[in-house]
Amino acid sequence: MRGDSDHDDLITWVPRLRRYARALAGNRDDADDLVQDTLERAWSRASLWRSVADMRAWLFAIMHNVHVDALRRGRLATVAMDEDTPEGAARPTQDDRLAVADLQSALARLVPEQREVLLLVALEDMTYADIAQTLGIPLGTVMSRLSRGRERLRSLLDGSASAPGGDAVRLKVVK
Amino acid sequence: MTEAELHAHADRQLTAERSAEVAAWLERRPEETARVRAWELQKRELRELFDPVLDETPPSSLQRRARRRAAWFGRPELAAAASVVLALVAGGAGWSLRAAQDGARPAAVQASANDFAARAAIAHTVYAPEVKRPVEVDGAHEDQLVTWLSKRMGAAMKAPHLQSLGYALEGGRLLPGDRGPVAQFMYRDEAGHRLTLYVSNEKPAPPGKGLATADLRAGDAPRPETAFRFVSEGALNVFWWMDGPFRYAITAAADRATLTQVSAEVYRQLEGSPS
Repeated sequence: MRGDSDHDDLITWVPRLRRYARALAGNRDDADDLVQDTLERAWSRASLWRSVADMRAWLFAIMHNVHVDALRRGRLATVAMDEDTPEGAARPTQDDRLAVADLQSALARLVPEQREVLLLVALEDMTYADIAQTLGIPLGTVMSRLSRGRERLRSLLDGSASAPGGDAVRLKVVK
Repeated sequence: MTEAELHAHADRQLTAERSAEVAAWLERRPEETARVRAWELQKRELRELFDPVLDETPPSSLQRRARRRAAWFGRPELAAAASVVLALVAGGAGWSLRAAQDGARPAAVQASANDFAARAAIAHTVYAPEVKRPVEVDGAHEDQLVTWLSKRMGAAMKAPHLQSLGYALEGGRLLPGDRGPVAQFMYRDEAGHRLTLYVSNEKPAPPGKGLATADLRAGDAPRPETAFRFVSEGALNVFWWMDGPFRYAITAAADRATLTQVSAEVYRQLEGSPS
């Protein structure tokens, strides 16, 4: 899928890159750093654009690489372990603020590999094949990460829902 | 019913027919149904949580970065890097394999570089016509292939996926290079035409010996951006480039546009992989 406009401008892609980055990084500053680095890399390879068949997959692949590099350099926290999720990943639209915080912190607890696949499916509606291509992994790996990520998220959300009650927090064992 | 199909059902990625079958299967299985519902709910909630970002006004720094003029003029080193790439692509187009082989070499660096392209082309010529044994490890065992080649090459290898361009991975093999092992991945399109990816991370020889010195310079000089080069010999075309310690060559009896596209895709998938 190419952009609506021509390739002279990446601005049309910025909102979607930001949405994905926000969910991936968990906070606005890290997310916008990711987007900025992604745009710079994309421009530095502008000579390749003509041969890029799927601009979205290409840009998201660049962001994936930027993200992996950032994780490797320790610039981003691999897993946000505590509850004080940095101020609004996005402005919550639901009344139930608690539920929002829960989903966000549960998401932050997934390993990045699972989070990526889950988010490309949820936010971008990417086909599994496109995700395999974007992340440079076999289709089978996409499916196993998606499956494990979803089950882990489900058990995290189940667990946190029962936590305020005071009873023992029962997290399902995820193999 | 596989787990993958349940996910594909939840994500509307099945054909209508298969999706109906999955729905019927789920009807008698409340526990599985609950899981699928939970996944669908997760998806909706993630959208609700993050879709508002789409409506935010991006910070002005990002808006500037997204525009061509600002990005290029604001970062002269990027503009310079890009022009180097373009120049090399243009400059490389005229060389031929014959020139590399018969000694009419433009310069030592280019010669050693063309030797690489020539080796890739020869490896292609030798194995592409193979009917029974085109590869040592076939594409169905991609994990084994990648593990094996990574071990022998001493670096993490990856088989790029080119299905979107019509090329399926047939497998790969290990070959002797100039100074060490090289890997060859083979692909084929629906018509049976083969395309090979030749990967080398051979260490440059110690300095002080003609070509080797030039090669060292070629390999170690700080490069702001990858240089793509193109050579052809008859119907066979080779598109090759260097990236860090690696050299890659794509060879096929395909036109230049196809090779450019494949190369860009391979480069894109390999870029950022550990070297």
